[in-house]
Amino acid sequence: MAKGIWVFVELRDGKIKKVTYELLSAARKVADQLGEELCAVLPGKGVAELAPALGEYGADKVYVAENEALENYTTDGYTNVVAALVKEYQPIAFLMGYTARGRDLAVQVAQRLETGLMTDCINVELENGQLIFTRPIYAGKAFTKVACPEARPIMATFRPNVLPVGAPQTGKTAEVINVSASPGDIRQIIKDIVRQVSTRPELTEADVIVSGGRGMKGPENYVILEALADVVGAAVGASRAAVDAGWVPQSMQVGQTGKTVSPVLYIACGISGAIQHLAGMGSSKCIVAVNKDPEANIFKVADYGIVGDLFQAVPILTEEFKKLLASS
Amino acid sequence: MKILVCMKQTFDTEAKIGLDSSGKINRQGVSLILNPYDEFAVEEALRIKEKHGGEVTVISAGNPEVQDALRQALAMGADKAVLISSEMEEIDEYTTATILAKAISGMEYDLIWGGFRAVDDGSAQVAGRIAEILGIPVVKMVNQVEVGENKAVATCEIEGGNEVIEVSLPAMLTAQKGLNEPRYPSMKGIMQAKKKPMEKKSLADLGMDVAQVAPKVKALSFFMPSPRAAGKIIEGEVPEAATALVKALREEAKIL
Ligand SMILES: Cc1cc2nc3c(=O)[nH]c(=O)nc-3n(C[C@H](O)[C@H](O)[C@H](O)COP(=O)(O)OP(=O)(O)OC[C@H]3O[C@@H](n4cnc5c(N)ncnc54)[C@H](O)[C@@H]3O)c2cc1C
Ligand SMILES: Nc1ncnc2c1ncn2[C@@H]1O[C@H](COP(=O)(O)O)[C@@H](O)[C@H]1O
Repeated sequence: MAKGIWVFVELRDGKIKKVTYELLSAARKVADQLGEELCAVLPGKGVAELAPALGEYGADKVYVAENEALENYTTDGYTNVVAALVKEYQPIAFLMGYTARGRDLAVQVAQRLETGLMTDCINVELENGQLIFTRPIYAGKAFTKVACPEARPIMATFRPNVLPVGAPQTGKTAEVINVSASPGDIRQIIKDIVRQVSTRPELTEADVIVSGGRGMKGPENYVILEALADVVGAAVGASRAAVDAGWVPQSMQVGQTGKTVSPVLYIACGISGAIQHLAGMGSSKCIVAVNKDPEANIFKVADYGIVGDLFQAVPILTEEFKKLLASS
Repeated sequence: MKILVCMKQTFDTEAKIGLDSSGKINRQGVSLILNPYDEFAVEEALRIKEKHGGEVTVISAGNPEVQDALRQALAMGADKAVLISSEMEEIDEYTTATILAKAISGMEYDLIWGGFRAVDDGSAQVAGRIAEILGIPVVKMVNQVEVGENKAVATCEIEGGNEVIEVSLPAMLTAQKGLNEPRYPSMKGIMQAKKKPMEKKSLADLGMDVAQVAPKVKALSFFMPSPRAAGKIIEGEVPEAATALVKALREEAKIL
C-alpha cells in the first residue's frame, strides 16, 4: 500500500532552494486532505543539519541519505539513491521542482519505477480522492489537467515561483530518519563546474526581472539594466535577438527556447513581444514594457507601458525606484 | 560512428492554439515543424559524423505526417530515417519512450541524441526515459560537446552556470539551444533526401501491442488561458511617465 506524500529537497551551494519550500507548502495541503504524512527527501553530503528546519515548512519526516559520492549532483548517483528509497517506502506521490536538477532526476526515477510523470505543473488539487495536476502546454497557449490514475508513485515537477510558500511554523521540527544511500556506479564523471558568480537572483526564482532585447543596441548597454536590477533586487533577462547577437549568454534568454519565468514584476525594455518571447514570461503577475514603438506587440500583454526611448526611461526608473525604496 | 537522433514533429511556434468541438487541442490547419531542439541535435550529429565519419539515422514515433520532419533531417544530411507509427489515440512520455527504446534496441548505435524538450508538451522526458530503458548514461541540456573514440565530454547548463561531464559511449545526450547553428537544407540535399531510405515500422513489427505501452498519465481536460486584461499606456513625456509608473506599481499594483 502506497503511503505518504514526498518532496525532493533541492540544494544549491549547500542551501535549500526556494522551490523546495513552494513544494512543501503545496504538498502539506494535499497531505492534510488525504490524511497522509509529508516526507522530505534529502540526499547529499553533510546535509543532515538542514533537515530539522524542513519541519517549519510542513515536513513531518525527512529522509536523509548521506554519502560521500552525493556531494555533487549526478544523474546516476541521485537516481540510484532516490529510486531505491521510493521502492522501499512506496510513497503515493513524489514532487520535485522543474529545475535543471529536479527535471533530470524526476525523469530517471519515474522511468526506473515505470510510472507517470507530469512536468512543469502549476497547480495540484484533490478531486474525488484523485490528485489532479494543471500544466501549461504549447508554451502556455493552452493548459491541460492531468492525472496518473494507477501507477505509483504519482510523480510531478512544478514550475518554480508559482506555488505560494506558506508562513513557516517557527520551532516545528521534522523527524529525521537517516537512511542508507548507495549511489552505485556513477557514469557521469564531473570534470568541471563553472559557476557564474552573480549577486543577483536566478532568473527562474526572481521576484523581479528586468529584460532587454534588440532595442538595447549592444552588450555595453546592459549596464543600465543591471543598475536598475540591483536597485530592486532583480535578475536580468534577455530576448533571443539579444542572445543570438552575442550580447548576452544563452542562460539569460527568456522564451520558448529559453527560460520560463513567473516573476511578480517583469520589465521588458526594447523587446517587441514576439509570441515565442511571451511564451516564456506571459505568466508574470505584472508586466511593464518600455518600447519606442506604440504598436509593439508587447503592449498587448503589458499591464503598464511607456512609449519612448528606453535609454531615457531606464535611468529615470532606476532613480525613482531608489527613492521609493529608500522612503519605505 | 553510428549516431541516432530521436526527433519529434511539433506545432510551429507561431501557431495559434485552440480547442476543437470535443474540447481537445485542434490540430486542423496547424503548420508543423521539426522540434527546434531536435534541429540542434540533428546538426550536432551531422558535425560529429563530418569529423569522425559514420552514419546518422533519424528516428521518430508518430503519424505519417512526421515523414516531412524526417525528410527535413535527411535533407540536412542525415543518412537514414525510421518512422514508428503507433496509431494510438492516447499516449504519454512513457508510451513514446517505451516504443522508441524497443525500436532502438534492435539498431546499432554509439551515440544517441535527443532534444532537451519538445516545444509542444514541454515535457523534457522522452530522451531520458529512453536512456533509462536502454541502460545507457544520459547527459541533458548539452550546449557544447567533444566526442572521442569511446567517450563524450559535454558541457551542460545548470542553474547559474555550466558543468562539464564525461561519459563513456554509448550514451544519450540532449541538445540545448546554443549548441550550434543548424544548417538549412541545400537544394541538392532536398533532392537527395527523396532517395534516402525511410523505414516504416508498426508496433506489431516491433513485437509490441497497445496494452504493453498504455500511458500512465491521462489527460482529463484542456482549456485556454484567460486573456490578460488590457493594460494601460502611461501617457506623457518619458520622465513624467517613468515617475508615474513607479507610483502606479506601488499604489495601484501594490507590488513594491
Ligand atoms: C523556433 C523559435 C524559437 C524562438 N524562441 C525565442 C525565445 O525563447 N525567446 C525570444 O525572446 N525569442 C524567441 N524567438 C525569436 C522571436 O520570434 C523574436 O525574433 C525575438 O523575440 C525578437 O527579439 P526582440 O524583441 O528583442 O527584437 P525585435 O523584435 O527586433 O524588437 C526590438 C524592439 O525594441 C524596440 N526598440 C528599439 N530601440 C528602442 C529604444 N531605444 N527604446 C525603446 N525601444 C526600442 C523596437 O521598437 C522593437 O519593438 C524564437 C523564434 C523561433 C522561430
Ligand atoms: N515521438 C517522438 N519521436 C521521437 N523522438 C521523440 C518523440 N517525442 C519526444 N522525442 C525526443 O525526446 C525529446 C524530448 O521530448 P519531450 O519529452 O516530449 O519534451 C525530444 O526533443 C525528442 O528528441
